[in-house]
Amino acid sequence: MRIKTISRSVDEFTRERSQDLQRVFHNFDPSLRPMEKAVEYQRALTAAKLEKIFARPFVGAMDGHRDGISCMAKNPNYLKGIFSASMDGDIRLWDIATRRTVCQFPGHRGAVRGLTVSTDGNVLVSCGTDCNVRLWSVPRPSLEDSDLSSEKSIEPSAVYTCKNALLAVDHQFEGDLFATAGAQLDIWNHNRSQPVQSFTSGSHSVISVRFNPGEPDILATSSGDNHISIYDIRMSSAARKILMRTKTNSIAWNPMEPMNFTAANEDGNCYSFDGRKNEEAKCVHKDHVSAVMDIDFSPTGREFVTGSYDRSVRIFPYNGGHSREIYHTKRMQRVFCVKYSSDATYVISGSDDTNLRLWKAKASEQLGVILPREQKKHEYNEAVKNRYKHLPEIKRIVRHRHLPKPIYKAKAESRAMNDAKRRKDERRKAHSAPGTVVTESHRTRRIIKEVE
Amino acid sequence: MEVALEDNNLMEKVLPPDEQEINVELEAKEKKYLRGEGANLESLKDKKLKTQLASREKLYGKSAKAAAKIEKWLLPASAGYLETDGLEKTWRIKQTDIAKEVDLLSSKNQYDIVLPDFGPYKLDFTASGRHMLAGGRKGHLALVDMMNMNLIKEIHVRETVRDVAFLHNDQFFAAAQKKYSYIYARDGTELHCLKERGPVARLRFLKNHFLLASVNKIGQLHYQDVTYGDMVASIRTGKGRTDVMEVNPYNGVVALGHSGGTVTMWKPTSQAPLVQMQCHPGPVSAVAFHPNGHLMATSGKERKVKIWDLRKFEEVQTIHGFHAKTLSFSQKGLLAAGTGSFVQILGDSSGGGYSRYMSHPMVKGYQVEKVMFRPYEDVLRIGHSMGWSSVLIPGSGEPNFDSWVANPFETSKQRREKEVHLLLDKLPPETIMLDPSKIGAMRPSRRKEKPTRGEIEAEKEVAIEAAKSVEMKKKTKGRNKPSKRTKKKKELVENAKKTFPELEEKNIAGKKRRIGEDAAAELPTSLKRFARKN
Repeated sequence: MRIKTISRSVDEFTRERSQDLQRVFHNFDPSLRPMEKAVEYQRALTAAKLEKIFARPFVGAMDGHRDGISCMAKNPNYLKGIFSASMDGDIRLWDIATRRTVCQFPGHRGAVRGLTVSTDGNVLVSCGTDCNVRLWSVPRPSLEDSDLSSEKSIEPSAVYTCKNALLAVDHQFEGDLFATAGAQLDIWNHNRSQPVQSFTSGSHSVISVRFNPGEPDILATSSGDNHISIYDIRMSSAARKILMRTKTNSIAWNPMEPMNFTAANEDGNCYSFDGRKNEEAKCVHKDHVSAVMDIDFSPTGREFVTGSYDRSVRIFPYNGGHSREIYHTKRMQRVFCVKYSSDATYVISGSDDTNLRLWKAKASEQLGVILPREQKKHEYNEAVKNRYKHLPEIKRIVRHRHLPKPIYKAKAESRAMNDAKRRKDERRKAHSAPGTVVTESHRTRRIIKEVE
Repeated sequence: MEVALEDNNLMEKVLPPDEQEINVELEAKEKKYLRGEGANLESLKDKKLKTQLASREKLYGKSAKAAAKIEKWLLPASAGYLETDGLEKTWRIKQTDIAKEVDLLSSKNQYDIVLPDFGPYKLDFTASGRHMLAGGRKGHLALVDMMNMNLIKEIHVRETVRDVAFLHNDQFFAAAQKKYSYIYARDGTELHCLKERGPVARLRFLKNHFLLASVNKIGQLHYQDVTYGDMVASIRTGKGRTDVMEVNPYNGVVALGHSGGTVTMWKPTSQAPLVQMQCHPGPVSAVAFHPNGHLMATSGKERKVKIWDLRKFEEVQTIHGFHAKTLSFSQKGLLAAGTGSFVQILGDSSGGGYSRYMSHPMVKGYQVEKVMFRPYEDVLRIGHSMGWSSVLIPGSGEPNFDSWVANPFETSKQRREKEVHLLLDKLPPETIMLDPSKIGAMRPSRRKEKPTRGEIEAEKEVAIEAAKSVEMKKKTKGRNKPSKRTKKKKELVENAKKTFPELEEKNIAGKKRRIGEDAAAELPTSLKRFARKN
């Protein structure tokens, strides 16, 4: 007879000293965990609800400007710094961590419309309706910055004047050229008082300009005659042009896929294009109910943030048709500029109500140092939520966002209009000879033509 | 592709035989962790979905492999066993023989507690098997820590106690007493008096749902949520009085055994039973569930114990010759049956059905009230009229516990933490259903698939063939003419042909009567909008 029974001595299964960690044992046998699927679903539901509970995206407002914020610029060399400029000619450098002004750059006598920083973070370029381009040397961040008395003023290192009011400026990546947009597109060198190159096209002014992050000589502009143009500054004219039905207010290149860019359009949609293939948009991002004023990509290239005239900020996935998040407050007015922070955790919006607002990019994300166990728990919650995201209860909770009444109404209205239009088109198609009425896809509907 | 195949073959050839054996063993173990078949990717048309699912399946396979390896190499303990040589039979081995062979720690688990005054005793264990609750019929309640054999609390309620049950941990327990049932704390203070349910015969606690289920003297089944005290369901079974009640640990379904020989299964969200099984011709005396939820054992008063497959609701095995007052499955699937003063343990070692494994006769005159295996130990606890006894049954318990599921060595801090997590993971009563894996799965489409034209044609052919090959009866003279016979046969074939077009026409007629979307399909496109939509 051979016999063995389970016998556990207490010493083997408990800790020796009170300083030791408790001993834990695993057995992954599914029969020890009955109803595991139901439990997992329950956890997913709890995770979805907790995400809603912890969704507190608004971190704080930065006030100090005396007029609506017109533009912002990130300092690529310093995570905490952000520059903002207002319609009264005031430029400020903010410390995001303390949410205070570090210094001011006075000098512009009209609205500042463009602001950009060189890639090394040393030179700030501003331009405005007073026909001036001003170059400033950015103060080095130091420990003394945290003083209250840090609100000092700085003189511009150079002032260049041109004939027309300027509407936008952008600095080249890894170079010392910058481009200004106004009645024409000018390319400037830091050290020259005259533009080194100029591009003119038609009688309409250029609204926005953005350099490509991958190819330093390529830039995209949008103009008042509804064109989006891609220029190579080594050539004398635009390389490609897209004619849209409505004006494009701003353009952002995807930093991770630099051939793709997204255009913020006046019709409330954003259009993602492949720069090499412009006859149709890669994706149409719909959700805003009014003109989209500004757009900025996350440094990860997976998401972008948009600010709109409908007083809301939205975050879209780069390949998704609808926004993942909407941010709004009662006090926030028309949003003129938005920026994604360089570490992809914050979003900054500047609006007509003279305030900059700091938001979390993920509304329910936990800030600060996260312990490994906490991190694991967050990951687990994400995973179960993802696993059961198609089930109706979880889907409803995860998707639900509170909308301000005007946006809610406008959305309902536009939905009704779109439905009516779709019905009408269907009927027109049904009553016409087959093939005479072609429904255009959403991706090409707003594009009139593409010019090589 | 071919090169890769060849490579694989080479690899297999290179492996030494014992390693191959290990691989086979690991593959068998993996199956358990894969939790069923993977999705059928072949039938998918969406390429993106296909790749996503394929990568997911790969991940599942990986984790199953890892778990199988952990089970093979890393688990600290192995299961107990009892093996015999030659003519020796396992069921002849007595507890005294076992005591000589096992280590000191195990032999401490063989004892009798003699409490002749308040028996017979009902028993219950916590999930980890650390604490035991004993309830004497005449009012004696005792809470014992099995690790160090400490009597934590002993109270006397001075009235009949019909059943006892632990709630989610050792801090609370419920007792079904003469008139009402009560919930007590670990230190013996009465916390709640549950008056609503009347005089209760059996109490069971559903751990995942925090429901206290009870059946009372008039056959009413009650479910009460112990977290906020709400009566979730009270169901009139309509089958009369019963004191046979068990919970299926796999899905939380409650089974009741009735005096008519039926076993009914219940969930709190429906007033009608999920299943009614006629298990025995006479009264059902005991019911037990295998921990994997697929097997049920029932015992009838006609001296039969039956094993049922709950996936097909079919009888698997009948064991003749004895009836059990109480039945219990161990974690490893041994079945203990107690009757009179005799306890028999059945085992399914070969996979060919339950047969005698061990037996334990007690002193004549002891009446067994309840048998229960202690979780995570090779111990069977027997509650009887003279107290309770503990015997060693090698190979009955799960050797490896999981600290996050049930930890026998739990500290109070861990217990508090666990309680919070249990409450967070508390399941709503709607999740009790016969097949719990349905949660989160797709509902199969209700619509019946229409037979295709080809199928209809084939069916028609078959019907015509059948009509042709019909043997004609020999009729009386004058009616059996060849011309009449051929005519009759032709008629039969015609009839067979007719049934099919007729059916089609009928369908069309039905459609026209509705003028639904199907009717719209036949209209010209411009008129479609006038078709009424249902």
